[in-house]
Amino acid sequence: MGNIKEKENEIIREFELFDDWMDKYNYLIELGKSLPPIDEKYKTDKYLVKGCQARVWLYAEHNDGRVKYSADSDALITKGIIALLIRVLSGQAAGDIIKNDMSFIDEIGLREHLSQTRSNGLANMIKQMKLYALAFEKAG
Amino acid sequence: MGVQELRRSFPILEKRVNNRPLVYLDNAATTQKPLEVIERISNYYREENSNIHRGAHYLSNLATEAYENARKSIRSFINAENSSEIIFTRGTTESINLVAHSFGEKYLKKGDEIVISAMEHHSNIVPWQIACSRHEARLRVVPITAGGELDMDAFRSILGEKTRLAAITHVSNALGTINPAREIIEIAHKNDTPVLIDGAQATPHMKVDVRELDCDFYCFSGHKMYGPMGVGVLYGKEKWLNEMPPYQSGGEMIKDVSFEKTTYNELPFRFEAGTPNVADVLGLEAATSFITRLGYDDIASHEVELLEYAKEKLGQIEKLRFLASPRRQSSVLSFIFDDIHPYDTGVLLDKMGVAVRTGHHCTQPLMDILEVPGTVRASFGVYNTTEEVDILADALARIREMLA
Repeated sequence: MGNIKEKENEIIREFELFDDWMDKYNYLIELGKSLPPIDEKYKTDKYLVKGCQARVWLYAEHNDGRVKYSADSDALITKGIIALLIRVLSGQAAGDIIKNDMSFIDEIGLREHLSQTRSNGLANMIKQMKLYALAFEKAG
Repeated sequence: MGVQELRRSFPILEKRVNNRPLVYLDNAATTQKPLEVIERISNYYREENSNIHRGAHYLSNLATEAYENARKSIRSFINAENSSEIIFTRGTTESINLVAHSFGEKYLKKGDEIVISAMEHHSNIVPWQIACSRHEARLRVVPITAGGELDMDAFRSILGEKTRLAAITHVSNALGTINPAREIIEIAHKNDTPVLIDGAQATPHMKVDVRELDCDFYCFSGHKMYGPMGVGVLYGKEKWLNEMPPYQSGGEMIKDVSFEKTTYNELPFRFEAGTPNVADVLGLEAATSFITRLGYDDIASHEVELLEYAKEKLGQIEKLRFLASPRRQSSVLSFIFDDIHPYDTGVLLDKMGVAVRTGHHCTQPLMDILEVPGTVRASFGVYNTTEEVDILADALARIREMLA
């Protein structure tokens, strides 16, 4: 498996193929549908990422120096974006995750989902993913 | 005036969003502003700006006169008895907070009750929760019916000896329900209960006559009625305002200050601490002129036409469900697809240039009652057209296909 940059570039290349927003969002919706389900026991308030409209549940574990994430959302587009984040960050080393600036989201034209409106939990989701990584790194 | 001509007074409506013409259907959140409002504000800063009620110089007199004339215009706009009953605030939220604080300080005692309804905006819930917790009083909630209307029988039976005040919305921001404000007030007054009406969603659409309503307090915002953000009104009957202690303190609200004792100014200045937002008050006055010139009858007939057309068009879309079916409804239409999250719908509508509001509309308790995570809300204003309703309906049909 590749490192974070390689995975990001892979996604950027995929998104370059789309001519219009419809194709892009259809792809996101497909990604959302194919996101591996999170274990039901983590779909509780404890694992809820604070957002406003779409709820996001996030769980992470640390094995052999790698962080593994699983997540879910009740909104499909949010789920599709989560699938991208997991593809990039899951299985990577905690230190690399903390350093990454997630600029690929901007490059594939999804920056609006990170805006400071209270409408979605994506910015908080990224923050929470990094906080997990930070906690794992501290714990060694 | 035709709607196309009217649209030319709103420069922002010419914008393109995501390479499509903007279809602005989020008027219940805030309306766009006509040129005459924008120019009134700009003109104030170009020609009249000065601090009011203080200086003896030319500009100060000019600005003071403009500000106090605006108060008179607002008095006439809602048919209050005296200009001193018109308090300028930052908006509906601040108006309600003012009453919750100052009325609460004076009248609320341990064991008393405040009555609100299940369809209130957070800004007509939280200030009362705080006042209740401060004075060890209890918040009582009137439920709504399946059709999304206030349960009037429940309202009658919830009122009692301990009820100090009822705070009810005139028009629901989430459902569009128009509550029978006159009847609510009459019932409450039989119980000697004063009534505050949250009119934020009413003043853009219907004539409000506070004397005919006989409400004790009426609150509304400038920005939802084609006026500027950051300005609103609290109307209060003099008999209450005179008894209530100040809300905020500082300049403007005082008569005499020494380090030992301060005496407070008269109404309405007692409740307007600090330098007021003169420019936006003048902008609000311009907005009331704009509305008066259009006329509430014409505004209502245009908006009812849009609402009925939207219900008909959207009603044909598979699995789309309206959240309420009140007998009297303002031009607010809340709906969901049962199998699509409102957020997904909102994102895709935006991609097609259509601005709606999605989410809980700051009415989380209401969403819990309706058992939905939120709704999609299309709300219409004077400048919207049936063609825009068609664009909305087509966009929704497309979303239906995308997420099937």
